[in-house]
Amino acid sequence: MVNLTIDGKKVQVPTGTTIMEAADSIGIHIPRLCYLKGINEISACKTCVVEIQGKEKVVTACSTPVAEDIVVYTNSPKVRSVRRMNVELLLSQHDCLCATCVRSGNCSLQTLANDLGIFELPYEREVVDIPWNMDFPLIRDSKKCIKCMRCVQICDKVQDLQIWDVINTSTRTTIGVTGNIDIAKSNCSLCGQCITHCPVSALRARNDVPKVFDILAQPEKVTVVQVAPAVRTAWGDFLGLKPEEFTEGKMVAALKAMGFDYVFDTSFSADMTIMEEASELLERLHEPDKHAWPMFTSCCPGWVSYVTKKYPQFVKNLSTTKSPQQIFGAITKSYFAQAKGLNPEEIFSISIMPCVSKKREAALPTMGRDGIQDVDLVLTTREFARMVRAEHLNIATLPEMEFDNPLGQSTGAGVIFGATGGVMEAALRTAYHALTGEEAPAEAFLPVRGNDQERKVQEITLQGQTVRTCTVSGLANAGRLLEDIQAGRVHYDFVEIMACPGGCVGGGGQPIHDGQELATKRGQELYRLDLARPLHQSHNNLDVQAVYTNYLTKPLSPLAEELLHTDHVKERNYLD
Amino acid sequence: MSRLSLETPDRIQETVEGLYEDLRRHVLATPPGLCPVDLQLSFLKVCQAQTCGKCVPCRVGLKQLEKLLTDVLEGRGNKETLATIEKTAHNIMDSADCAIGYEAAHMLLVGYESFKEDYESHINGGICCRHQGKGAIPCVAMCPAHVDIPGYITLVGAGRYADAARLIRKDNPFPTACGLICEHPCEVRCRRQMLDAPINIRGLKRMAMDNAPANTVPVPENAPDTGKRVAIVGGGPGGLTAAYYLQLMGHQTVVYEAKAKLGGMLRYGIPNYRFPRVRLQEDIDAILATGVEVHLNTKIGDGAGEISLAQLKADFDAIFIAIGAHQDKKVGIEGEDAEGVISAVQMLREIGDDKLPDFKDKNVVIIGGGNVAMDCTRTSIRLGAKKVTIAYRRRQDDMTALPEEIEGAIAEGAELYGLKSPHSVEKDAEGKVTALWVEPQIIGPIDAWGRARPIRADLPLERIPADIIVVAIGQGIEFKHFEDSGIKIKRGNIDALKTGALADEEGIFAGGDCVTGPATVIKAIAAGKVAASNIDEYLGYHHEITCDVEIPDLPLNDQKPCGRITMHEVEAGVRKHTLEPFECSMTRQEACQEASRCLRCDKFGFATLRGGCQRKW
Repeated sequence: MVNLTIDGKKVQVPTGTTIMEAADSIGIHIPRLCYLKGINEISACKTCVVEIQGKEKVVTACSTPVAEDIVVYTNSPKVRSVRRMNVELLLSQHDCLCATCVRSGNCSLQTLANDLGIFELPYEREVVDIPWNMDFPLIRDSKKCIKCMRCVQICDKVQDLQIWDVINTSTRTTIGVTGNIDIAKSNCSLCGQCITHCPVSALRARNDVPKVFDILAQPEKVTVVQVAPAVRTAWGDFLGLKPEEFTEGKMVAALKAMGFDYVFDTSFSADMTIMEEASELLERLHEPDKHAWPMFTSCCPGWVSYVTKKYPQFVKNLSTTKSPQQIFGAITKSYFAQAKGLNPEEIFSISIMPCVSKKREAALPTMGRDGIQDVDLVLTTREFARMVRAEHLNIATLPEMEFDNPLGQSTGAGVIFGATGGVMEAALRTAYHALTGEEAPAEAFLPVRGNDQERKVQEITLQGQTVRTCTVSGLANAGRLLEDIQAGRVHYDFVEIMACPGGCVGGGGQPIHDGQELATKRGQELYRLDLARPLHQSHNNLDVQAVYTNYLTKPLSPLAEELLHTDHVKERNYLD
Repeated sequence: MSRLSLETPDRIQETVEGLYEDLRRHVLATPPGLCPVDLQLSFLKVCQAQTCGKCVPCRVGLKQLEKLLTDVLEGRGNKETLATIEKTAHNIMDSADCAIGYEAAHMLLVGYESFKEDYESHINGGICCRHQGKGAIPCVAMCPAHVDIPGYITLVGAGRYADAARLIRKDNPFPTACGLICEHPCEVRCRRQMLDAPINIRGLKRMAMDNAPANTVPVPENAPDTGKRVAIVGGGPGGLTAAYYLQLMGHQTVVYEAKAKLGGMLRYGIPNYRFPRVRLQEDIDAILATGVEVHLNTKIGDGAGEISLAQLKADFDAIFIAIGAHQDKKVGIEGEDAEGVISAVQMLREIGDDKLPDFKDKNVVIIGGGNVAMDCTRTSIRLGAKKVTIAYRRRQDDMTALPEEIEGAIAEGAELYGLKSPHSVEKDAEGKVTALWVEPQIIGPIDAWGRARPIRADLPLERIPADIIVVAIGQGIEFKHFEDSGIKIKRGNIDALKTGALADEEGIFAGGDCVTGPATVIKAIAAGKVAASNIDEYLGYHHEITCDVEIPDLPLNDQKPCGRITMHEVEAGVRKHTLEPFECSMTRQEACQEASRCLRCDKFGFATLRGGCQRKW
């Protein structure tokens, strides 16, 4: 243990603790911008500078370990002067058009500049404007970039993709796409983790909100919106609401108030995904020699993109079942259209997702039928929250409303799709029933739920047959797993992979809270909703049963194959 | 009224003189891998500040060049910009009044022609084709083997010598050799010289190895046996380095060494007074402790008792050729066949096998100006020669030997005859050498490589009496058997790729002097390391070489300018009589101070982005 004094307060911390962590532990907040614990500890922005008594130079609190008996000042005149200058210098290269900025009110630079009371700059403003492909779902605005390098690090260390790199040298040093290629031609999975870890708005998702308002303004269009499970855990964050204030019912009411004709739950199609994917798994297990092992889940488009581009040899291992978003879209424009006597062209299918990659998935030419896309437009959770603000909706006064029918029912199994391990657990619940004819006990598959471990490995015995399962989130973790599988170091039968750490609840389209990782907390909310649902197994979903009885006949039927499956190999999805 | 007054520098002038020196050191410490166009722009600005402003090309032209270069760097340039830059620079060069202008333009043109791809990258993609990451830790970037230098400096500072040895061994299994005789390219761009002078990195490594001899620091455990066998041709630093790492990776290596002992040029090229055999043995013992199989006195060839390359191909999964450069080169002058004319290679080889030649009271003339020539000179002095003369066709400043080697030789009594080009060898009736005749030279124009070329002086030949002449003008490679076996030879060297692999020979790798021509020990070590990693990949593995030594946290330390610790040597008058080593280790006090000067570029600066030094390869 090391003893030190910070701003007059004595503190004892373990050896190796940084000054910043020591200060945090006694409630002293040292301002920071580039620092991201465990990911980006490069002391680049120099805003976390502190003074150590007896030393001439200030040091960065984020990277300097504590030493015995040092006396630290976090706000000495020298610290104040240096910190202020460094923020002023960053502002001199930032366009500072806060009123039209998507991160206004949630920008670490803005907050810091306001906190320090910087209202004018002693330096000339010089902002670099590098052109960008604005059709791509991920947008980089060089005018906002403060070169904190978090995007480079998160992409490399957490997602093993190295899309971003430090380019140019000396004072022209900036961030660009590795190899200076068009981002659309890169391996970018569109996981959006760089967006949610950007302290400013240098990285953002394409804004598709205006298109939705345009559609809502056309009375002849039947608008069908589906909302992914993870969205309900976070959409009210930006509205200053507490979790208990932004319920599922209020979410439905808000969408209804905006004018959407039908509001459905993607958890419904998650249940359908399970019907297909569990059947697929059982079929593969029945004829193990005919298939590549393990079988991978395919509901995460970031993961599908990653495996297609970086490990194409594993594409044949992907389940052919489409993602819940796409299944929903496909059912909407077939079964639902038929039921309502509508032409598929009359329906405009919108999804609200915690994800940026879904924007690309929906636009893939293979994700539709007869030139009609399953899903016409994808909004992120953040875009949805912005729509609520734009509509001036007062959530407190909205009623609690139910999802519409006939695609409104969902089981807890569909809801937990949004958390890492959820798809696995949902699939096992249904597989258990298919093999044993009984429902699995509630706690049977608790061990597959994701946690802090890199891999969650569990062997499940079903009717005497052992299924080796593995759950992983984060693409770097996925990459290591694929290497191990390839080298024959590990063997699994069924593997769930989510691109974003913690699963969709930690998705790149979710509300941003700089410096906080909220996936675990949001995931717990989904498990709470699972418990609160009357049904917990996808096969017990009455609406799903109706789709099969009235339309598809059974899982993996020819019509189900046509509507709900895609061949990732043949179609070379995600490569364009 | 005084007509004249003495000019004394004022305070401003004195300060500026100091700043010139600061800038010189700052420029020397420029990290590798920066954008050369950006650097050129900076140089151009210095030149602009020097212009007097009288003449148009210099006053206006340099300013316009600055604008044009800025356009290129800011991505506003196009092909016409480049054409204007080139034309303007040429015109300034042709018309400026004085060197301030025409040399500024000349420097720009030299760079423009040399790194045109950088200019083009900026105008085409608006991006620089350089990547800063490569030079982030200058010492590590400059070390061919990329040893974790800041790491071991810190360990030496903390008195953890064995840990320092283990850390060095992650990248270099010859820490003792490099502690004693490395040419230390790591020090060239040391950022510390921005403050005062480079860290004495070699001295600190020596400190570690003097206090934790290599054979007392256990080597890591080998990975499980892969069953693969790799033949290593040549037991020098390159071959043994590859053998060491391949053993650690679990492959069985077999070293074939033509000579009686291991060590290659470390034994058969470098004299004992510079690198004592006992110290060499420490490194070798540690390397052999990994289980390397060694066959001494075994040449690869098709002669009697030799093993052919074809046989090795049949017997092994992979082959690494590291035969070094052990063939002497001739001057090609009349009388060179006289008795008493020997090559440096031959002389040092015999000494390597402990056969000391009899130079007592003889006049010895050394031909050459490289480090080997200095080794021969200083060895001859130690063998009791009456007089040792170095005949060199250029000036002392042009010698390729390290300055401290030349100064050491002179201090020990060698005569340096610069600007004397060997003309012929005079011999007596019995064919024994009696003198070297030399042609006096004057130094002349500077050639394309930046070296001043000697030209014949209008003076008569001179006679240097000689009983022994040692020719030390470089070494070649004995490649005949390999060429006959189908290995491609390019300009006298084995033609290997940067990976060490041979383009047309699957499973055969080569490295070290036999690929590069005579170079340094650390380059051979680097070649062995590269070959080991690529042989491992070739064999279908991906073993990682790591080191679990934890490097201590940095003490909080305001860096103030401080002198560089230099090595103590035994005085010239004493050391010249013995073949025993004369360089002394640092004291603990010295080593601690020197280590504390390290600026830890692995912790401060660009390297932090990738977590400092590479912990594995």
